[in-house]
Amino acid sequence: MEKDTQGTLWEVFVQANPGIPHKHVGSLHASDEEMALQNARDVYTRRKEGISIWVVEAKNIKASSPEDIGSFFEPANDKVYRHPTFYKVPDGVKHL
Amino acid sequence: MKDEKTLLEEFQSKIDKGIKIEPKDWMPEKYRKQLIRMMSQHAHSEIVGMLPEGNWITRAPSLRRKAILLAKVQDEAGHGMYLYSATETLGIDRSELLEQLHTGKAKYSSIFNYPTLTWADIGAIGWLVDGAAIMNQTALAKGSYGPYSRAMVRICKEESFHNRQGYEIMCSLAFGSEEQKQMAQDALNRWWWPAIMMLGPSDDSSPNSDELMRWKVKMESNDAIRERFIDRTVPQADYIGLTIPDPDLMFNKETGHYKHGPINWEEFFNVIKGNGPCNKIRLKARVDADRNGRWVREATEAYAAKKRIVNS
Ligand SMILES: [Fe+2]
Ligand SMILES: [Fe+2]
Repeated sequence: MEKDTQGTLWEVFVQANPGIPHKHVGSLHASDEEMALQNARDVYTRRKEGISIWVVEAKNIKASSPEDIGSFFEPANDKVYRHPTFYKVPDGVKHL
Repeated sequence: MKDEKTLLEEFQSKIDKGIKIEPKDWMPEKYRKQLIRMMSQHAHSEIVGMLPEGNWITRAPSLRRKAILLAKVQDEAGHGMYLYSATETLGIDRSELLEQLHTGKAKYSSIFNYPTLTWADIGAIGWLVDGAAIMNQTALAKGSYGPYSRAMVRICKEESFHNRQGYEIMCSLAFGSEEQKQMAQDALNRWWWPAIMMLGPSDDSSPNSDELMRWKVKMESNDAIRERFIDRTVPQADYIGLTIPDPDLMFNKETGHYKHGPINWEEFFNVIKGNGPCNKIRLKARVDADRNGRWVREATEAYAAKKRIVNS
């Protein structure tokens, strides 16, 4: 007998309220995107946890790897001048 | 490349600082294995746990109760899904997890191998079984593995409705006719000990879990969780005038906790081994559902493949 199918793996992102970003909530199995959306609704929003759902096939997500965390994010380490607190504002000057 | 010892130290220090371990992070093989075992066992329990209650959906005494029970059982399906997904992040395949359940290689909670004989059993399950599960799950929500801990937080939010609807059923029966009250007492008599046991073997007989505690895979000892469950539940039984079927149960004024009588561990291990009253029908129901649903899974795959051709 052929190997049983469990569909493909999808990652689910839910927007809880208008005006805020979608947030990863978990994953599920489905055969196609419509089924993935419906399953996502049933699995992750049974109590009005969302007003919008994104589903993405897990294999299409490229993630940074934890081992490279140091070198990958290194360019930001020595650029304190990107923060407003780096600058001296003369006493008495306002709205800056 | 760092050596194993350094990696292990870093891993432990993250856990000590309360930083969650995420799927792609380095972890000891034993940690991964133990989590797969625990989490899949937990997922299977949610799924098999639908069966005893599903038994009463068509016979719920009112439309209100039926809608509630349906929603509750649907939640359990959801819990199973969150947990299977979370387990898969550890690098094991869904079909492999199901295979382990269907061949009896993986276990599920002993409690679901008991039958639901009357409507009062549905009350007793929500009150006692979900009640005990909450105790366990709130502890696990503080665990170190990110996906498991997040699933637990979600599940705990949903469980309190399960617990309350069960207690509400018990209240209606306990404050009802003499017959109803007896029915409630009978359900309590049958479910109390299995609920006490489902929290796992007592600490002196469960092999050393120091490492699991250090890794925050296990958060609290079985006996500690059991004590908390009993402390919370006994006053609830008192309130509805039902008697806990443990003649040795006593409140210890010094410790502020209840002390229970001897537990029949032989029964517990016997049920785990497969000899409980319903082990065979529970497993058969799952295997049948899987087998009978296979053509549906294949049809949806075929439909998806067809759509890809049409759209390309
Ligand atoms: Fe559950
Ligand atoms: Fe539940």
